[in-house]
Amino acid sequence: MTSDYAIEVKGLTKKFGNFTAVDNISFNVDDREIFGFLGPNGAGKSTTIRVLCTLARPTAGNAKVAGYDLIREGDKVRARIGLVSEKMIMYERLTAAENLRFFGNLYQMPKQKIENKIDELLELVNMSQWKNAQIGTYSTGMKQRINVIRALLTEPDIIFMDEPTLGLDPQTTLSIRELIRDINKKGTTVILTTHAMLEAEVLSDRIAIIDRGKIVALDTPANLKKLIKDAEMTVFSVRIQNLSPLLVEKIKKLECVAAIDQPDAYDLKVSARGPEGFDRIIDTIRHDGGNITMINTNEPTLEDVFLSVTGKAMRDQTEKPKVAARHGPWRAPQARVR
Amino acid sequence: MGLIKGLQDSFRIAWKDLLEFERNRIGLIFLFLMPFFMLIMTGFIFPTGNTYTDIPVAVVDMDHSQASQQLIAQIQAMNNKTNVMDFKDALSLDDAKTMITRGQIYGAIVVPQGFSDSLAQGKQANITVISDNSIPQVSMVMQGLATQVINVLGAQRGAMEVQMLSIKANQTVNPAAVIAPFKVDAQGTVPGNMNYFSFVAPGLLMMIVMMGAMTGIPRAISHEKEIGTFDGILAAPVNEISIIFGKTIAQTVRGFIQGIIVLAIAILIFGVTIKGSLLLTSGILLLGIFSFIGLGILLTAMSNNEETATILMTVLQFPMMFLTGIFFPIQQMPWFMQWLSEVLPLTYAVTAMRKVMILNAGIMDIIPEVAILIVFGAIMLAVAIPVFRRSMTR
Repeated sequence: MTSDYAIEVKGLTKKFGNFTAVDNISFNVDDREIFGFLGPNGAGKSTTIRVLCTLARPTAGNAKVAGYDLIREGDKVRARIGLVSEKMIMYERLTAAENLRFFGNLYQMPKQKIENKIDELLELVNMSQWKNAQIGTYSTGMKQRINVIRALLTEPDIIFMDEPTLGLDPQTTLSIRELIRDINKKGTTVILTTHAMLEAEVLSDRIAIIDRGKIVALDTPANLKKLIKDAEMTVFSVRIQNLSPLLVEKIKKLECVAAIDQPDAYDLKVSARGPEGFDRIIDTIRHDGGNITMINTNEPTLEDVFLSVTGKAMRDQTEKPKVAARHGPWRAPQARVR
Repeated sequence: MGLIKGLQDSFRIAWKDLLEFERNRIGLIFLFLMPFFMLIMTGFIFPTGNTYTDIPVAVVDMDHSQASQQLIAQIQAMNNKTNVMDFKDALSLDDAKTMITRGQIYGAIVVPQGFSDSLAQGKQANITVISDNSIPQVSMVMQGLATQVINVLGAQRGAMEVQMLSIKANQTVNPAAVIAPFKVDAQGTVPGNMNYFSFVAPGLLMMIVMMGAMTGIPRAISHEKEIGTFDGILAAPVNEISIIFGKTIAQTVRGFIQGIIVLAIAILIFGVTIKGSLLLTSGILLLGIFSFIGLGILLTAMSNNEETATILMTVLQFPMMFLTGIFFPIQQMPWFMQWLSEVLPLTYAVTAMRKVMILNAGIMDIIPEVAILIVFGAIMLAVAIPVFRRSMTR
């Protein structure tokens, strides 16, 4: 390794037509770190990963991955990274062993080593008995386990995981998280994207919160939460039996409100700024005849951090239309969402 | 990256593609069924030599003389040997025309009034042949047959007259040489009769293989990109050229297997024969597939998904089917269509294949076609590689 960092990103920008998916971001990832990208769909997480895996050419800026220049030394980068893509990388009509063997061969691994590694990894995810079954016959959870070990097969220095637990049952989710910690302990740097707050929090050494192509906060989970405390933020939820849209609008307009989120018809989650913020908000509600039945102040979670740094809840923007990946000149998408 | 590693990667990708294809049952079944149906359909809908029998034709005698009745009896006697025509009775010319309009007959042989008078006066006697204009092909055949029959009968009569004249003049002559001094002896360069199926088979072989290759490429590239597996190959230390070669090898092998199947069906079921060398036939088959693949990859790289790519291929296939001389000779097309057909690589593949399969052509006889196919294929691949490379890392 010719650099102190596993990944160094400088001014990276990726545009699709007029749409800027990744907007001039810079960050470093330490060697042997689990680095989490947290953000809603379409924030630029996947695009950043695709650029770092040489699957997309940056529009501007550059990066060093495993000490090699992304643009000039693409082959050397590719030889040292592993990718767990959101779309599973495996052929349905081939068996697990055939899939793994195919990819192992592309990395010029010795034959015997590939076979040993296949057995070892299948054992690791409890799928040895499925070795010679076609992937098409697997359940989603089983496929994802193969998808993950496919990236581990070549013993990469850095592994990129794009939403590795998306759409999985809780049991498989837990076992995959366990696996991620495990490979990290053995010395692999892990770059993880997720829109699950908890996953980012429990797995990552550091988290980059990304919104609209920009990194809006980057620190350890504990420090990110401290951000809220240091800013004298109070995060609390309040239940108002006769909550009206008018009242919500009124609260939103208060200067001391940093962020507001309404998860259902009666509840509000508010981040209040300053020492008197909390009192001002409660006074406003009472003044308007709001019938408060419950108030809870919360220890700030990552969700609150996200709320306060972006001003909106993550789920507000998760439902965006999917746009097909473009690889031809005949139809340019307005925006690319992954 | 070394050349050996690049080639190894190509073969691995090709092997993977073929393995996937081999596991696709329905795909395999269609590999057999598609050429089978195509051959059956095109093999039987077109005329294959003297297939006409029992064409309904009316015979109208408007002269009612001994001579006219004799002529009609001779026509019927001749037809009894071949049964090409099935004679119906009609009372008059108008009656025959009505029958044609109603679709009861395809034509009529009319002996007009004054037939016997003309004969008696030593003039040429008219016989009218009318036919159904709405079906040009059948009416042409019918007209030809009727004319042929009447000419033969006329020649017989002429020969008799010449014979009698020669006896009168006390000279020995060959009546046939007097009536028809020139005799045509039509021959091809290879012995045996050609039917339409033999004409179509080489072209069909190339066309089926071309269609297979051109539908196979969008599936092999766009589909893999859409389902995301391509990312796995692109994020591995593999050169894009290896990927293209791997895909090309897989499609070529697939197309070649399909070509062999088409050839086997054509030979075993439809009695097509290969007059030339089997090795050269295979060589042209491979070269033909190769020449399409660069174009296929180029179009696939330029379109953003499998659907667009498939539509583009279909649009391209259509003119190739009709303008490359597979079903209809290029020579009978108007000049701009001929020009268009000269631009399509399939034309040269079909021409070369036909020359080898029917005319027993050697490699030296098809050098222009082979050269054009190689150059076209190489140019297409050369253009396809950078376009593909760019489209993959957008």
